[in-house]
Amino acid sequence: MTDAISLKGVSKRYKDVDALKKVSLTVTEGEVFGIVGPSGAGKSTMLRIMDLIEPPTEGELFIRGERMAFSGRKADLARRAIGMVLQKPVVLNRSVANNLAYALMIRGWDEEKAAEKVYAELKRLGLHGRRRKNARILSGGEMQRLCFARATIHDPGILLLDEFAANLDPANVALLEEQVKDYMAQDRARTAVIVTHNMFQARRMCDRVALMWDGEMVEVAGRTDFFESPKDQRTAAFVKGESVY
Amino acid sequence: MVGTASELLEVTILSIYVSGMATILGSAIGIPLGALIGLKEFGGKGAVKTITYTLYGFPPVLSGLFIYYIFSRAGPLGEFGILFTPTAMILAETLLVIPLVTGITITSVVEVDKAIKDTVKALGATPKQSVLTVMREAWVGLVMACMVGFGRVIAEVGAAYLVGGNIDGKTRVLTTAIMLETRMGHFEWAMALGAVLLTVALVVFFFLRMLQEKEML
Repeated sequence: MTDAISLKGVSKRYKDVDALKKVSLTVTEGEVFGIVGPSGAGKSTMLRIMDLIEPPTEGELFIRGERMAFSGRKADLARRAIGMVLQKPVVLNRSVANNLAYALMIRGWDEEKAAEKVYAELKRLGLHGRRRKNARILSGGEMQRLCFARATIHDPGILLLDEFAANLDPANVALLEEQVKDYMAQDRARTAVIVTHNMFQARRMCDRVALMWDGEMVEVAGRTDFFESPKDQRTAAFVKGESVY
Repeated sequence: MVGTASELLEVTILSIYVSGMATILGSAIGIPLGALIGLKEFGGKGAVKTITYTLYGFPPVLSGLFIYYIFSRAGPLGEFGILFTPTAMILAETLLVIPLVTGITITSVVEVDKAIKDTVKALGATPKQSVLTVMREAWVGLVMACMVGFGRVIAEVGAAYLVGGNIDGKTRVLTTAIMLETRMGHFEWAMALGAVLLTVALVVFFFLRMLQEKEML
């Protein structure tokens, strides 16, 4: 199997806080990789580095074996092959349809082709009837599903999800998880990295899981091993629901 | 003296033309400049912002003096012969609009939620596309910048008088006409011209407000 994402000795320092301490990790193509850990463990920082939004203080990022730069044209192009969904649903101040179209228009899609794709996506999301309304009128769950659709409408091979279903009610969590599973099932080469502090979600969705703690990678294991026979005591405590925050 | 309806109309139209053009030119320079200062990281950014905000208080008469010097017969651009024309008035007033529009644009783009900036970047927008998207998100603030710019120049008299000369039928605008009528003791006329000035401002601001509150789709 090919490596989809690889971090080598990645550190990130904000003023006097070490958010990441020499983290190395490889995510294989086709897998759903979960990163769990308490708040402030460095999970989101790692995802922002994987999406080339923030450069690391030191270390290297490889995507499909290619060493990444964090600025310039090459970084822009690499970012375009990745879909990212943040914890807080962020919609642009424009219509539901134009929020979806945005991801295609910035990629230079032909307007007619983009409209067709957006139309099909909105039908699937059940938001077709409100396509001309400003996206800010949607509920939190609808907004997040729209954000997911916007991040994946251009069929990225790598999906990065940062607490994508936090703060949502169970019905919307289920809908979103289904949306993620559907997307992943369409192409076996698609890779997803899911950051979550919800162990149940990690167990439901991920093939392999890693625990991050205070900027360090504590343990990486297959789902069953991670949850049923963790090697590190911090993983064991976390899995049991102790020391979560 | 503004004695007839046609003279009043002429003065009013010239006021709208000069202030409108100065606002358009000042905004065309100030909005991109403000977006650049607000969104780019560079050394001395704090100082540039402080200078911009300080220039909010740039005296109109000083702006007029600057344009007067440049375009006076002995000045570096004297050969253009635009002193005492509406063009000179537009240029002097543009200098007053630029810092206001730049400063309000800086504040507006900086205040766009960081999550939106991150999302746009994460969606794969190039730096140029990101800037344009953030500017669109800051739409209300940008229209406000234009409103404040227009408000400043429609009401100013120093620059318009200095570089325009208040020439009857050529460079006389509402504010310079009010000054003249007051000096001549025609207080009722001056007050009436003041009412016209406020009405012009009201109509322009009404349209700008509509533009500002237009739902983005």
